[in-house]
Amino acid sequence: METQPIIAIKNLHKSFGQNNILKGINLRLNKGENLVILGRSGSGKSVTIKCIVGLVNADKGSIKISGKEVTNLKYDELNDLRVKIGFMFQNGALYDSMSIRQNLKFTLKHHTRDLSEEAIEPEIIKALESVGLQESIDKMPAELSGGMQKRIALARALIIKPEIILYDEPTSGLDTITSREISELILDVQKKYKTSSLIITHDMACAKITGNRILILKEGEIIAEGTYEELEKSKDEWVRSFFI
Amino acid sequence: MTPYLKNIFEETGNISLFISRFFKELFKPVFQFREFTRQCFALGYKTLPLITITGFIMGLVLTIQSRPTLLKFGAESWLPSMVSLSLIREIAPVITALICAGKIASGIGAELGSMKVTEQIDAMEVSAINPYKYLVVTRILATTCMIPILVFYADFIGILGGYIGYNIHGDMSISLYFSEMLESVKYLDIFPATIKTFFFGFFIGVIGCYKGFNASNGTASVGIAANEAVVAASLSIFIIDMLAVQITDLFF
Repeated sequence: METQPIIAIKNLHKSFGQNNILKGINLRLNKGENLVILGRSGSGKSVTIKCIVGLVNADKGSIKISGKEVTNLKYDELNDLRVKIGFMFQNGALYDSMSIRQNLKFTLKHHTRDLSEEAIEPEIIKALESVGLQESIDKMPAELSGGMQKRIALARALIIKPEIILYDEPTSGLDTITSREISELILDVQKKYKTSSLIITHDMACAKITGNRILILKEGEIIAEGTYEELEKSKDEWVRSFFI
Repeated sequence: MTPYLKNIFEETGNISLFISRFFKELFKPVFQFREFTRQCFALGYKTLPLITITGFIMGLVLTIQSRPTLLKFGAESWLPSMVSLSLIREIAPVITALICAGKIASGIGAELGSMKVTEQIDAMEVSAINPYKYLVVTRILATTCMIPILVFYADFIGILGGYIGYNIHGDMSISLYFSEMLESVKYLDIFPATIKTFFFGFFIGVIGCYKGFNASNGTASVGIAANEAVVAASLSIFIIDMLAVQITDLFF
């Protein structure tokens, strides 16, 4: 029997002016799964996940999260749903006027207003420990490297204990070793927190390490789907070109 | 319709929507009191040195420049009341607001613009934190509350500067100077001038936040947002001042 997907997208369309970015995307993310969306720059990967969290409004189509239609939700209803979702931005998007402690505390406090100051601190430490950066707690984002900022961004996403995590290019701009560390961290998070993740990337190593399943996006359309090994042997030359 | 005119109407419509959202969010719980006080400190207290210097110079220069003309008519004794009335009714509110447009509106425009470009505003949004309430409402409220206080402070410092300016060539005790000043200043001189400073503060906050919040992607847009915020806020101060003078003239 087919399980209920945690995210289900049907016939998603999005245009910016005359530019058709998404031309009828269909995808499903199953519970506990890591789904990778691969594609070249400008293929509509980031727009897809921004539509999922309501940062960009879809023109047409349906997006369901845990069975709830996202496209017609009111602002407050959408915020109730966003509590279940962690989002890791391409450049971390840490609040640069706050220390790492304040970055995590700010997010947690807005979610759990009844949590006491004493209860917040252990949660912050726990989240930082899970990304291996507890010693950076009092640093400012500007004092951290790109890789460390992404780890902190992941800790910030994890602190609210999300069911779903969306990763926007988690390894872009990082060296090979740090990229691998981030990819392994994504895998650890999936196992430890039992999260379902959607990972947007064009980094094949990241896709191989993290993805249970891979979708390939070309000019706003999904043209292939499968595991890394299946797609590697695809008959489509364009799909295979990713694996060279 | 020319694209330029269309752009002006579009911008006016968008600012109106931005303001209506401010009032909608203002009365919705939860109020971000800590961020509001932080903004009051950052926008108000940190502007005090600038206001002290400019306020003092305004009073000093106005007194020194006006003295020869009044001397010609033998009206030197009117100097304290003339300087204080000019400062309270017009000069201190407008100059203080213009300085704040330069310092505060550009600061807010650049800060929010850079937060927009680096996706920090989106990060708040996806964390279910209302960025409009946290960033915009608190800043607009802070400028609306702080500008009138800064103007009162500038009035006081300007009058003090006027006293020093008077005593460069003349000789008058501080108690006599202030009693002459207080004798001439009426409630109706202070009331309309104070009311308009709330509008100055409100529009400095609104324009700074609007330009920053709507910065398009790219680092260049941060500079553009800051620049446009200063220009639009300064222009709005003159327009509000003109309207305030007309209304005051009509009713008082």
